[in-house]
Amino acid sequence: MTIPSEPPLLEVEHLTMRFGGLVAVDDLSFAARPRDITAIIGPNGAGKTTVFNCLTGFYRPGTGRMALRASGKLFLLERMDGHRIAREAGVARTFQNIRLFAGMTILENLIVAQHRPLMRASLYTVGGLFNLPGYRRAEAAAVEKARHWLDRVGLIEQADHVAGNLPYGAQRRLEIARAMCTDPTLLCLDEPAAGLNAAESAELNALLLAIREEYRIGVLLIEHDMSVVMEISDHVIVLDYGRKIAAGPPAAIRNDAAVIKAYLGEEESEELPPEIALDRSKGAER
Amino acid sequence: MAMEALPPRRFDMGAILRDAAIAAAVALALALPLIGVQTIEIDGAIGIRTRFDAVAIGVAAVFLGRLLLKLAWTGIAERLGRIGSRAGAQAAAVVGDHSAISVLLVLLFAVALPFLPFSSPYLVGVATFVLIYVMLGWGLNVVVGFAGLLDLGYVAFYAVGAYSFALLALWFGLSFWQALPLAGLFAAFFGFVLGFPVLRLRGDYLAIVTLGFGEIIHTILQNWVPVTNGPAGILNIPAPTLFGLVFQARARSGATTFHEFFHLPFHPAQRVIFAYYIILVLALLTNLFTLRLRKLPIGRAWEALREDEIACRALGINPTTVKLSAFAIGAMIGGLAGAFFAAKQNFISPESFTFAESAGILAIVVLGGMGNPLGVVPAAILLVSLTELRELAQYRMLFFGAAMVAIMVWRPRGLLAHRAPSLRLWRDRRERA
Repeated sequence: MTIPSEPPLLEVEHLTMRFGGLVAVDDLSFAARPRDITAIIGPNGAGKTTVFNCLTGFYRPGTGRMALRASGKLFLLERMDGHRIAREAGVARTFQNIRLFAGMTILENLIVAQHRPLMRASLYTVGGLFNLPGYRRAEAAAVEKARHWLDRVGLIEQADHVAGNLPYGAQRRLEIARAMCTDPTLLCLDEPAAGLNAAESAELNALLLAIREEYRIGVLLIEHDMSVVMEISDHVIVLDYGRKIAAGPPAAIRNDAAVIKAYLGEEESEELPPEIALDRSKGAER
Repeated sequence: MAMEALPPRRFDMGAILRDAAIAAAVALALALPLIGVQTIEIDGAIGIRTRFDAVAIGVAAVFLGRLLLKLAWTGIAERLGRIGSRAGAQAAAVVGDHSAISVLLVLLFAVALPFLPFSSPYLVGVATFVLIYVMLGWGLNVVVGFAGLLDLGYVAFYAVGAYSFALLALWFGLSFWQALPLAGLFAAFFGFVLGFPVLRLRGDYLAIVTLGFGEIIHTILQNWVPVTNGPAGILNIPAPTLFGLVFQARARSGATTFHEFFHLPFHPAQRVIFAYYIILVLALLTNLFTLRLRKLPIGRAWEALREDEIACRALGINPTTVKLSAFAIGAMIGGLAGAFFAAKQNFISPESFTFAESAGILAIVVLGGMGNPLGVVPAAILLVSLTELRELAQYRMLFFGAAMVAIMVWRPRGLLAHRAPSLRLWRDRRERA
């Protein structure tokens, strides 16, 4: 899938984030390639979301470097404000606890995501006030892009409905569509499959694979649902207590002793949760 | 509506009887010492006479009265509730379904008001005040309704507009039309300045700081005597002119009066009507301006900020500029209204810019419904007419509180709560079929 010589899209080096005495992320280094789906997994409290919050500028890491290559430029994310990371470096994200603009319609959610180009086209509101042709064209283009994404995530019928009234799975899809409307270079998804049923999570897999193929962007994925992680990711990074304990292709991670220990406590645990026991036996067969 | 769907409440006779018995017991406890025992004078000494018959009558009256009241109240409350929710729903439906027609009718009425048969200079003056509050309501709606930033010190911008207008006119001799935009810009600048320290605050904390800002402005107006003339206020602020024509019986040298120019007899009402039309135009421009802003990226960013600031940041929207722009534009509208107020009254003093004003404007926005700017109009009419009913001056706050409670019970999201989307993908339902 990836050309080995291609420089990584994102390089994280020695990232450390402390909250008082707690070391949430401890000397973490990893790289994410463009056109790859890189999954970050780990038990609850391993520091996965903290990594996302550092990447997207919500937290300032104590030490470490986060370099992103986008459109031929190098962005040092640890030095940028959250909104500039999204706007200039093109890092888009979704949230573990969905953060839609619940009182606005679905279409409006996708139009807000295109704030920057629309703001420029409206000449910072002055031109928009008089509805100049340039702004009208930009608005039509924005609606067209929103229409495209609504079609992709199957929400075109409900476009004018209030986003907060959507069912859970649809809200997750809308959040991904909204992130994609910002034209990102790196899409960070925080547990996109949480709360989805089997059919919905299969749909999600298809959507993420299609995004990778068509838009050729990097995807960074935090996920607990192993069926999603193992099926679509190209590279898996495992965190435990803020440290990277393993990294590699999904097949290797599945059988990694340290990973199994982190998830299950001891190697010789008698009572494996059924899906993991199944997973392990399948992995052994291969 | 929801209340009609409920099954009719049945009288719970036992509870009502129990309630009446409790009331009677309380009455007995009070009446025994107060009515049952009377001190009388017997040969210069104090004696006691008992009147237990009167106590019995009183207690029985309380028991029966309470019983009847309860019975009546259960029925009345139920009916009132049904009427209230139905009327609210109908009003919303009328405005929702025929909004274009009803807006046009209201607009026609507003334009024709000074020439209607029942009109009087007093009525036009009241209508002028209604429109000032409508304009202030629309300005505050940008900050509170759109951007979701609770501002309890909005009157500060109204005051800045009024005082800067007065000082520009008196010190630099600027006319109404020259000083008006400057006063607006000045207030916008103040909004910008206030915006900076409160950028990190939200909700309650923001409300407290803006409240403090309003009080600071009020205190400055009271005490900075060389500039504001303190509590005595500023007199002789020039009134608006129509292309240089003044609305006075006799013009000062060099000026022409309106009635001479048009060869009309002089009438003081001309001035009142002219002021009414200025504020009507200002308010309508404010409405067009804010409605247009709502459909622009800036307006949608305000609403997105109200919904979720963190998501805004993740989408590359800078919350700082979004908040500052909301504060500045809201302040500018308040400043323009303040400038008009100063010119109309010819006199301003710190008395006009107290916290009660801020609370009143906020009440207009909340009563009107934050989703729909049109709700501000009936809310402003309600508030100003309550203020104008001078016979009821003592009970004004009582009525106001009752109106607030009624709105919160029957239409908790304001008179017109429906939020129209800023743009639609589908024109109507049929297009999809």
